[in-house]
Amino acid sequence: MKNTIIYFIITSIVSPLFSQPSGKEILNLIDKNLAAGTRIMTAKMIISGARGSRTIEFKTWAEGEERAFTEYTNPPREKGTKMLKLEDKLWIFSPSTDRIIQITGQMLRQSVMGSDLSYEDMMEDPDLTSHYNASVIASDTVQGRDCWVLQLNAAGEGEAYEVRKIWVDRERFVPLREELFGKSGKLLKRTQLSEVTRIQGRWYPMKIVFKDMLKAGDGTQFIIETLRLDDPVPENIFSKASLK
Amino acid sequence: MIKFIIKGLLRDKHRSRLPLIVVAIGVMLTVLMTTWITGVLGDSINLNAKLSTGHVKVITKAYRESMDQIPVDLSLTGTKALITELKKDYPSASWVERIQFGGLLDLPDENGETKSQGPFAGIAVDLFNPSSGEAERLNLNRILVNGRLPSASGEILVSHSFAEKLGISINDRVTFIGTTMYGGMTIVNFTVAGTIRYGITALDRGSVIMDISDARNALEMEDACNEILGFTDVEYYDDSKASELMESFNDSYASDNDQFAPVMIRLRDQNDLGGLIDMMSGVVGIVSFVFILVLSVVLWNAGLIGGLRRYGEVGLRLAMGEEKGHIYRSMIAESLAIGTAGSVIGIALGLSLSYLLQQKGLDFSSAMQNATMLMPGVFRTRITPEAWYIGFIPGIIATVLGTMLAGIGIYKRQTARLFKELQS
Repeated sequence: MKNTIIYFIITSIVSPLFSQPSGKEILNLIDKNLAAGTRIMTAKMIISGARGSRTIEFKTWAEGEERAFTEYTNPPREKGTKMLKLEDKLWIFSPSTDRIIQITGQMLRQSVMGSDLSYEDMMEDPDLTSHYNASVIASDTVQGRDCWVLQLNAAGEGEAYEVRKIWVDRERFVPLREELFGKSGKLLKRTQLSEVTRIQGRWYPMKIVFKDMLKAGDGTQFIIETLRLDDPVPENIFSKASLK
Repeated sequence: MIKFIIKGLLRDKHRSRLPLIVVAIGVMLTVLMTTWITGVLGDSINLNAKLSTGHVKVITKAYRESMDQIPVDLSLTGTKALITELKKDYPSASWVERIQFGGLLDLPDENGETKSQGPFAGIAVDLFNPSSGEAERLNLNRILVNGRLPSASGEILVSHSFAEKLGISINDRVTFIGTTMYGGMTIVNFTVAGTIRYGITALDRGSVIMDISDARNALEMEDACNEILGFTDVEYYDDSKASELMESFNDSYASDNDQFAPVMIRLRDQNDLGGLIDMMSGVVGIVSFVFILVLSVVLWNAGLIGGLRRYGEVGLRLAMGEEKGHIYRSMIAESLAIGTAGSVIGIALGLSLSYLLQQKGLDFSSAMQNATMLMPGVFRTRITPEAWYIGFIPGIIATVLGTMLAGIGIYKRQTARLFKELQS
């Protein structure tokens, strides 16, 4: 009897450790949950700055992670501005100047529409497994949900963030929090993902708060209003011709 | 006595020539060093004042905390009223609004797509109002390389090397991409009216000048600017005047704790210029001290050599009953005369060379290709009232000190030994 009790105590402590998936496996499960063939969404960004907050509304068509097209619909100053991402290239069309401008070099580090997101963040390859070595470093609770805490260390040179810490919902495999660190170990950005909703069989965070730790203000809220996954997107939308 | 000493010096050239030459050279170098350092530092400070810092600057409290990032979102608002208040309260100073900002300049190809682009630092000034004096303050007519100054809205000046790098020609349409005061993205077309060259690498790498009304439209800054520059009624920066102005202004806003409340800072509080100002104040003293030290050692040696040559003369005078103290004093009087004459010659030479360098200057721009500090490419001396008399300090003190040290030997000679020497 005594031996049985000891056996149960030991197995109840040890077995969760053996059942813990590896960092790479967790990243693959996140991809499996979030990655869709196409995404069509209407969303808004509420940007809190030193002089109050601004709301920018837009519609985005995306196919995989390589192609995306965004049209800004509000406020009037930004209305008609379009953005096209094709692999590692990014263009902006500004109706007031009738110009298509390619965003490169220094400009990639600038903020998108004054938000806490940079163009570089937008251009980042979401396939973290090929750029980072992931390991599970702890367990934690975020928004009342049990999470794995993953630490991702850059596998090579040239990554925008040297270290990333991600809190991943153990059950839904949705990231709920992310912290991005520079080479010096300084915390550069913090992301909170919430309002996780079941959409077409996937768990999706409908609200994301980005905070650039080097910027004043309370961060940028990214709120998805409508989202359709795997709907067909016309091929011509991902061309420079659709910018004008 | 004085007449006797001067006659002696004129007739016996061996006694006066070497010390005179040494003093004249030393004084000349003192004057030259003083005018050179004053000129170079003064020009750097003046350049910073005109381009960026003013003698004083009014900004918001929040802007002060991150001024090196030039945050347009932390700008002053209601600046028309603020300028009126400044002009009323401090009428002797002139006040100008400036917008410093950054962005990207994009040159399109024939299809309107990006051909080339690069980041720049922009300065928006009141160009279209001649009474603002901004075109003269920034010396725009002199630094214009090609084209003309902007005369209408939508026209800009681009630094020449930046234009060459991007392939921009005069009258080209370029697009400015930046961030507005409220954080929005702004994309505006401009026409390049002309290109400029400051001769300052930090600015020539990538800068744009436009009228403040254009910047206000582009950056959503109606009745706003991020800096109000104040220039006191003296050409060169006067730290005490600036401090007085700053204290008076800041006292009137001391109780306003809003992050956008105005606050005044001095030139010395910006761009690490405080160190330069302190260095400039101390430079005359340092140069004089160094030259007094060096000249004293040289003249001490010259005095010793002279003393050896005049060994017999001094011995004879002592033997004839002249007091040691009298001989010592007469030699000091001689050195005073030599010091004065040498100083006059040295000052004349030093001022002549300084004047030449003040007019012509020395071009160091090629050696400053990677300079990040605002420094003029051509260095010039500056003749200040101090330069007319500063040379007398090392010239006279060093000569007298040198003679005093060399003359100590007079007191060490024994009368009994003197007679033996004379007999032999």
